[in-house]
Amino acid sequence: MIKEPLMPVIGVVTDIRIDTPDVRTFRVVTPNGEKPFIHKPGQCAMLSMPGVGEAMFSITSSPTNTEFMEFSIKKCGCLTDWLHAMEVGQQVTVRGPYGNAFPVDTEFTGKDMLFIAGGIGLAPLRSVINYCRHYRDRYGRIDIVYGSRTKDDLVDYNEIITEWIGDDDVHVHLTIDREQEGWDGHVGFVPSYVKELGFSTENRIGILCGPPIMIKFTLQGLVDMGFEKSQIYTTLEMRMKCGIGKCGRCNVGSKYICKDGPVFRFDELDELPDEY
Amino acid sequence: MQKINREALIEKAAALLDAGTVDRVLAWKRGEFDYDVTPGLFTTREQMEAELVFGDFCGANMSKYLIKETLKGEGKVLVFLKPCDTYSFNQLLTEHRFDREKVYAVGIPCEGMLSVTAIKAAAGDGISKIDVTEEGVVVETLFDGTKVFGHDEMLAERCRNCKSKRHVAYDELMGEEGEVLDSARFDEVAKIEAMSSEERFAFWQGELSRCIRCNACRDVCPACTCEKCVFGNPDSGIENKAITDSFEEKMFHIIRAFHVAGRCTDCGECSRVCPQQIPLHLLNRKFIKDANNLWGDYQAGEEVGSRAPLVDFDFDDMEPGEAVIKNGGEQ
Amino acid sequence: MRAISYAKLDTLFAKIAETHGVYLPVEGKKGTDYKRWEQGDVYSTALNSNRSPKDIFFPQSENLMDFKVEGKSIEIVDTRSESEDFVIFGVRACDVKSIEVLDRVFLKEPADSYYENRRSHAVIMSMACTKPAETCFCKTFGIDPAEPMGDIACWVDGEVLYMNANTEKGEALLEKLEGITEEASADAADTAKALITERMAKLPLAALKADAFGAGKTQKYFDHPAWAELSEACLGCGTCTYVCPTCQCYDIKDFNTGHGVKRFRCWDSCMYSDFTQMSAGQPRLTQLERFRQRFMHKLVYYPENNDGMFSCVGCGRCLAKCPIKMNIAKVMKTIGKENDND
Repeated sequence: MIKEPLMPVIGVVTDIRIDTPDVRTFRVVTPNGEKPFIHKPGQCAMLSMPGVGEAMFSITSSPTNTEFMEFSIKKCGCLTDWLHAMEVGQQVTVRGPYGNAFPVDTEFTGKDMLFIAGGIGLAPLRSVINYCRHYRDRYGRIDIVYGSRTKDDLVDYNEIITEWIGDDDVHVHLTIDREQEGWDGHVGFVPSYVKELGFSTENRIGILCGPPIMIKFTLQGLVDMGFEKSQIYTTLEMRMKCGIGKCGRCNVGSKYICKDGPVFRFDELDELPDEY
Repeated sequence: MQKINREALIEKAAALLDAGTVDRVLAWKRGEFDYDVTPGLFTTREQMEAELVFGDFCGANMSKYLIKETLKGEGKVLVFLKPCDTYSFNQLLTEHRFDREKVYAVGIPCEGMLSVTAIKAAAGDGISKIDVTEEGVVVETLFDGTKVFGHDEMLAERCRNCKSKRHVAYDELMGEEGEVLDSARFDEVAKIEAMSSEERFAFWQGELSRCIRCNACRDVCPACTCEKCVFGNPDSGIENKAITDSFEEKMFHIIRAFHVAGRCTDCGECSRVCPQQIPLHLLNRKFIKDANNLWGDYQAGEEVGSRAPLVDFDFDDMEPGEAVIKNGGEQ
Repeated sequence: MRAISYAKLDTLFAKIAETHGVYLPVEGKKGTDYKRWEQGDVYSTALNSNRSPKDIFFPQSENLMDFKVEGKSIEIVDTRSESEDFVIFGVRACDVKSIEVLDRVFLKEPADSYYENRRSHAVIMSMACTKPAETCFCKTFGIDPAEPMGDIACWVDGEVLYMNANTEKGEALLEKLEGITEEASADAADTAKALITERMAKLPLAALKADAFGAGKTQKYFDHPAWAELSEACLGCGTCTYVCPTCQCYDIKDFNTGHGVKRFRCWDSCMYSDFTQMSAGQPRLTQLERFRQRFMHKLVYYPENNDGMFSCVGCGRCLAKCPIKMNIAKVMKTIGKENDND
């Protein structure tokens, strides 16, 4: 009988990192201790705990990591509540990879990269950022504008300050929504911070990920700066069940987010109906 | 044949629109075929003249649409109510489901609505026209000529056993007021009660196993007005999806019958819309019959604010054990 | 072309049943449904079965796999088994086409092995229509009920059943049946074909055209003002999707039996409010969006992804069954109306 795309494999959770009060990062390997499968930056996987549920998550580790896979997951529903309560050593099921990926080896090569994220929106970008850092010479200047409600809500904060900031020509711009004790960085919302920083449009790719309201205003800000929509990418999220474009629920127009997405350029999104 | 025609409804509605009493009209719209009717809104005489219909296929009960409709804007909506619709109307008011002030209800007489399913079963495929005349139901077909059927045989069961021609709610009445009827509706339940328990189980198994869990019965039901249905709750384990086993297919309908017990007015919409022709209203009617037997006659929706037996308490209420025996069960 | 006396259908089914499971429409208490043939079952000539033959390939619910959960460990149990060879007899032209519509979803890479398993073991014996209903409009989608597709096409003319193989699978089956069938001339079913063709022209929806729809029409119709009125009375039930032979949306859910977990798939409906509900939000907030999705999918999105093929076959089940009598024919007439001259 042919291979069944809905059939998962077993994953073992070998590490759980507490990122923020409601975000944890789970490290997953197969029972043999290997990475479950190969993926590209931006792709997703279906994680499940049988009896609890199955859902699609961004693979947040970089493809260049050959040892394990990581998922940064915000607690916001039945399955994610369960995942947040589990302990190291727990087995889960995993299947994938699903979706297209960021064109890191084609359109992105040789470009300056501008990553803009809000809250848990950094999770899908982390694999791309780390991919670009790994193949540092293939890309130009890297800017990362990242904002959250508070300092405690910044996902991957440790990795950002211990690894990213020290990298050659990688410029991290952090911001939080309101003043907070012990924070001497920027305060303000992401869209206005992006405007404040100002970026030239030449040879630059923008990638946005975050809450819809942040995307809306940041996109407008970038367009006002002169960016073409074809220079800016984002990832979409819809409810998913199969991951292979058959169960019928994650479509925006004729595009299935699980298969044709989740990565889209804004000029491509303009062609789709406004229903996401 | 109905005693009132579409022209009369249009005149009434246009006058109320002109007078500013209402700013929209909830009524029946012409569908694709002669027997097709879609509930719809009208705001002008022109629209009504083009599309409003009233006839022997206007079974759809408009009451439930008032929940959604009264949430829109400030103006009043005109609704035409057949006698049985008025019971649902009152029941919804009892449950505070819509604002009475935003509705102008016009009671209209009803001579019983025909069952499209019965006509199709009798006439076969290829119906081109249906007329209701003194002779009966005259069905023109595309390939088999014209066939005539007796009016009463083509009535929906709920109309053959109509419980009331009296309107229990309205602001204005068109035509003459009717009477509460001495309906034989419980005879249908008695037939099932007369079965042995094995026969009865087989009967319901046969009926309910055809259920496709489309939820049409729930979604049309004027008593099913929960904002979040238990069958729409992903955590309930019985979410509104396909049947997972033979136990569950019965559970859905039995749970629903319990939920509407004492609130169901026996409007029969559940059976009308069932794509699998399951006589769902008989489940509800059994509950009504039992409640009548145990606590005295009660008709949901007869008056606004009445307390259904299951939510009322009296020191003389029968104990559950006594109730079982009184309903023919064993201790 | 092969022929057998209509009175000998039982012999035909018994012969096929020697090597195949046989499914066919049988009249029940309330209409016709497909069932597995047993001696004594009578083939129903009803035009539409209540539930379409979709159920046989894509059942309303099916177990996908089991899980044994113990402590922190999980074991995945593959519960699949090879399907038997089977024949579906009496499939109408519209329903045959609907299987092609489903094929394009389920067999597209990566293929769904549950569907593929059943599909690859099936031989479809289609049946030409004799008397269409007022709700029929298969011609709108280029389907000819006089020449149904499928592995073997069948026609009934008076007392005789004619059979013609359309595929190698069909030829192989007809060969097996040679002992009980007779050779017939290629034009033997022509009278039956002519009759249905003539009758199709008289249908009320005979003039309904799908030309205004198809790939590339998303922008044009998505914001059409008529969606509001068309969807106004929609109850949000799943009748149209569940009786539809081409609707293939599904949900995957887990059921804890107390001894383990069964992961099952069941039909789902884009008409349901929870279809796209996420913890983080709901892209289709009202019934308008859900209603629009169903028709845009059938008339625009599906053709866009499938070389222009529509995912409606005009069987008319939804026209007959919708509680509020709103349907794709009305949608096409309303939304596609202004398009005759562009």
